[in-house]
Amino acid sequence: MANGENIYGLMAEFTMPAQVLEAGRRTHAAGYRKIDAYSPFPVHGLDEVLGFKRSKLPLLILCGALAGMFGGFFMQYFANVIHFPINIGGRPYDSWVAFIPITFECTILIGGLTCVFGMVALNGLPQPYHPVFNIERFERASQDRFFLCVEAKDPMFDLAKTEAFLKSLNPFDVYVVPMGRVPKADRAELTEHPE
Amino acid sequence: MSDESSSILATTEPSPLLLGHQTYTTVTDHISDIVLVRKTGPGWILGFLVCFAIVNVLMIAVAYLFYRGVGIWGIDVPVAWGFAIINFVWWIGIGHAGTLISAILLLLRQEWRTSINRFAEAMTIFAVMCAGMFPLLHTGRPWLAYWLLPYPNTMGIWPQFRSPLVWDVFAVSTYATLSLLFWYVGLIPDLATIRDRSNNKIQQIIYGMLCLGWRGGAMHWQRYEIISVILAGLCTPLVVSVHTVVSWDFAVAIVPGWHTTIFPPYFVAGAIYSGFAMVLTLAIPLRAAYKLHNLLTIKHLENMAIIMLATGLIVAYGYAMEIFMAFYGGNPYETSMVLDRWFGPYKVVYWMLIACNIAIPQLLWNKRVRTNVAALFIMSLVVNTGMWLERFVIVVTGLHHDFMPSRFGMYYPTIWDYAVFLGTLGFFTFMMFLFARFVPMIAGFEMRDMVNKKLGRQGTPTGMAPANVSEI
Repeated sequence: MANGENIYGLMAEFTMPAQVLEAGRRTHAAGYRKIDAYSPFPVHGLDEVLGFKRSKLPLLILCGALAGMFGGFFMQYFANVIHFPINIGGRPYDSWVAFIPITFECTILIGGLTCVFGMVALNGLPQPYHPVFNIERFERASQDRFFLCVEAKDPMFDLAKTEAFLKSLNPFDVYVVPMGRVPKADRAELTEHPE
Repeated sequence: MSDESSSILATTEPSPLLLGHQTYTTVTDHISDIVLVRKTGPGWILGFLVCFAIVNVLMIAVAYLFYRGVGIWGIDVPVAWGFAIINFVWWIGIGHAGTLISAILLLLRQEWRTSINRFAEAMTIFAVMCAGMFPLLHTGRPWLAYWLLPYPNTMGIWPQFRSPLVWDVFAVSTYATLSLLFWYVGLIPDLATIRDRSNNKIQQIIYGMLCLGWRGGAMHWQRYEIISVILAGLCTPLVVSVHTVVSWDFAVAIVPGWHTTIFPPYFVAGAIYSGFAMVLTLAIPLRAAYKLHNLLTIKHLENMAIIMLATGLIVAYGYAMEIFMAFYGGNPYETSMVLDRWFGPYKVVYWMLIACNIAIPQLLWNKRVRTNVAALFIMSLVVNTGMWLERFVIVVTGLHHDFMPSRFGMYYPTIWDYAVFLGTLGFFTFMMFLFARFVPMIAGFEMRDMVNKKLGRQGTPTGMAPANVSEI
């Protein structure tokens, strides 16, 4: 495979979280930017060493919750005060205190929906196929192994040099990740290394 | 390369919350093998079929109800709220423990929640499903249930938003939605584990779709962790609000025994009380059937027993205050209602409730009882029964004996009342059987995180593995 063509990137496998943290830090320090790490549980600090910024998701959730709050209150105000006012026991139409429980529930509901759908959408899910799944051993990224991937899109990417660099990080192994989907039967070749 | 041996690089030392020497691999194997490797045993099939039979009882009872109307139940004037409301409050209360474990204990950083949160959340969802059926059935014309929701209609009318019954619609539906989402979000990484471990094409496709193609990227985990905490923060006030709103259904009415300000806190405490009892009722057989003793230890069971004891005491305080206020307040209807509970026609139910909810659970002060699995299982059944009786006493005694002797009357449940209640118990267990078989019932990624923390704490700097793995 020529440099960068039909290659998604290079992937190094590690056995322990501290190794992938250190490897991530050194890869970022070496100037690579199109990088990602995959782990079977959240490894704290991994996003920082790879140079990822703090997500804006909380702000989005706040907006969702506020929309739920104002929307929920207005829904009740519109129905019971503007559109169809009913006199119940001489109480004022705008008895806003009685509208608070539903306003609260709507705040939580829309806030919670924004949480979940915001996370899914910003993470680009659902995405059943991704080039990293071509590597058979990547199935352990959801079990007990840690992976660091440098993408071919990175301006500094050079198949030979980057591979040598990743090998210098003491990984368990390094694999070339092809871009297109590789049939299952041929996947074993990708992780074999004729010595 | 020496591959498989490397997974025993570092193992945790046994600790009260995680027995045995565990690694990322062992906990993952243990949890996912229940779904993928373990044969479906005769016990599971038998239990599943029994539950399925009871679900059919529910179907028949509901079909007949739709055909004949709510007259087949024992409800009548003056007791117009019978089993349907009792069961509704009981089931929704049970759900509360799941949210408490997954949300409040997460915010409080209680490590012991990790082994129990997944199936406690599942329990919440199934309990809320059972709860939700009852108000709909109780409307008598459930096909018009959408009238409860605000929608523009040709009649030009809206729900009365000043009514706690409408608040209930919003509280319960918000609760059901968020519980489901919270549970599903927690499942995503574990469904990915199942996808990756499966050798079966169909399983890979189904679990692969369900996990949305999760691959555990660093930024994905960052957003995932952010929303886990925020969702927990949103669910914490939500869970308190739900049973508060349920208690307002009663407290806002002027019926003696209902019209009291202590209802919201004591309903919430009672909900958590019965919920933890139900978690124990489920956890103990699951632990035995699937040999989860290393992950779900006696310490977990004991902690749940302590929470049960604490919330049980809050409930006892609620009962005491209710009685005190009835006499101290000097309202003759309140006093008469309390005396009716003590000595009236429902006195057996009342004293059984006191025995189940207050007297017997005091045995939990004894550590030998708290650490005895069989005793805890029996205790959990006792508390579940007690809490159901409590709702019976609240709903029925208030209505059957209110202001005027001419309005006094008795409530006798019919066979159809019992059939629907039994049916929901069957439906709940039926769903739990499916859950235990097809979904990882312990949160795998959180267990791996716990292994990681334990490794760090016992001085193996988290994963400072030897420079070259092949040297091991």
